Amino acid sequence: MELVSQIGGGVTDGLAYVGSLATLAGRAAWYTFVAPFHGRPLRLTRAFSQAMDCGVRALPILSLITFFFGLILALQSAYELRKFGAIDLVATAVAVSMTRELGPLITAIIVIGRSGSAFAAEIGTMKVTEEIDALETMAISPVSFLVAPKFIAMIVMLPCLTIWANSMGILGGGVFGVLQADFTIGRYVRASMDALILRDLITGLIKSVMFGMTITAVGCLEGLNTGAGAEQVGKSTTRAVVMSIFMVVLVDLVFTMLFFFLGG
Amino acid sequence: MANQELEMDRDNSDSGPMVSLRDLHVSYGDREILHGISFDVKRGETMVILGGSGSGKSTLLRTLVGLERASSGEVWIQGKNIADISQDEMDEIRKHIGMSFQGSALFGSMTVGDNVALPLREHTKLEDSTIEIMLRLKLEQVGLAGFEYYMPSQLSGGMMKRAAVARAMAMDPEILFFDEPSAGLDPIIAAGIDQLILELKKAFRMTIIIVTHELASAFLIADRMVLIDKGNVVAIGTTEEMRKSTQPRVRQFLDRVAEPEVARELDYLQMLTEDRRPAKMPGGKGRA
Repeated sequence: MELVSQIGGGVTDGLAYVGSLATLAGRAAWYTFVAPFHGRPLRLTRAFSQAMDCGVRALPILSLITFFFGLILALQSAYELRKFGAIDLVATAVAVSMTRELGPLITAIIVIGRSGSAFAAEIGTMKVTEEIDALETMAISPVSFLVAPKFIAMIVMLPCLTIWANSMGILGGGVFGVLQADFTIGRYVRASMDALILRDLITGLIKSVMFGMTITAVGCLEGLNTGAGAEQVGKSTTRAVVMSIFMVVLVDLVFTMLFFFLGG
Repeated sequence: MANQELEMDRDNSDSGPMVSLRDLHVSYGDREILHGISFDVKRGETMVILGGSGSGKSTLLRTLVGLERASSGEVWIQGKNIADISQDEMDEIRKHIGMSFQGSALFGSMTVGDNVALPLREHTKLEDSTIEIMLRLKLEQVGLAGFEYYMPSQLSGGMMKRAAVARAMAMDPEILFFDEPSAGLDPIIAAGIDQLILELKKAFRMTIIIVTHELASAFLIADRMVLIDKGNVVAIGTTEEMRKSTQPRVRQFLDRVAEPEVARELDYLQMLTEDRRPAKMPGGKGRA
């Protein structure tokens, strides 16, 4: 009986958490898409600065990791494919896996590590040092001032980073293709492009936008829920990373199922 | 006693109170922190809210600026009961109040100038050049002229407090709130902050509400004081009335007499360390 009660409690807490995330993301979306038509400013300068932080500055590490991932994927696919004499399908395997699933997911996980944690730490520190209270007493909504610019930056930059990650992954696979599978770079790229259909790219990009919203909501919510003291900032940051990864995988599952049943 | 004084306050007031609390109750979850606070603050008056740690004075201040919601009762500011208004209405009121936080709460990622200019940029349609002039003026008023391009981390504790006051004054507020203005500052810098508050009071005739437990500072800057203890108003009156008060809790607070259980603990510690020197105060009472 106690187990049932604990499971029930866990499910209720989980649903409440998802509700809080949806509320925060909804408010950020309102400040982004609706409020500017009601005379409230769209903070593009702050959004641009966030986009540089979470997007442009993530490029080197993202490039390296996704390049290696493409290479690993090619090696793993080739291991099975060569048994069937189909090693030239490596390009297809890498292109489809990266574009539909791994590109958006790896990008999201790197962005969680770099930016999701930073959002929680930044807002959590501001909470501890009463800066959030200061914003409120100045009649400035913390969601408008802090969350909305991050929201804009993430929903714009995550798809861009994902496209870049896909390309770097395909390039990584291409290195294997050229060195081990008698491809030329041109033929490898052509084979990859032939394997992809627009829907592959679009489903990956839709997921990446959803991941961007999820990472922003979790990072900012954990920051805003930070308790008193420096120790709590550390705890919020850890929770932001763990919960973001969990929520991103959950969102990934939901959208993959959705695309599957819709024939995508 | 406190209620009688409240009635007197209302009779003597020329233009009605600027802030008025009526039977204010505030709770955190199941725990009630404020148990029916009532008092008025007159226009242009400097009211100091005194109280020990955990007395509820900071909760009271947070409720006055709308950071905490009243569980019951009324909080009238500029003719509106903020316990019962929408967020948009609260934000309108907040444009006419300023708040200086205990830890300054300056935005670390912005320069001092940007901190001060923020409310102006958010709530006015002034040209950048005008805002620039205004922020310089505000910084000059708090003795920080020329510091607009400094980051908060480059300022000393006292300068940060001054910058926070400049930001609180950016919108020319009618009411200025201070949370522990001298906390964490050495006596000389703290005296400087007291002096600044006195100058603001003299120059702008603002209504100022200050939460503190620094007695010297409180008696210097207050027109009236209210002593809060365990979430209740213990006494309210002018500095002179408070000095002359015979109310036991007021005397204990003003004379800085430790709680009996603390005094007993001190005796016990003294016994443990075999320190046989005479206690500071006869009758087992020590100083807090």
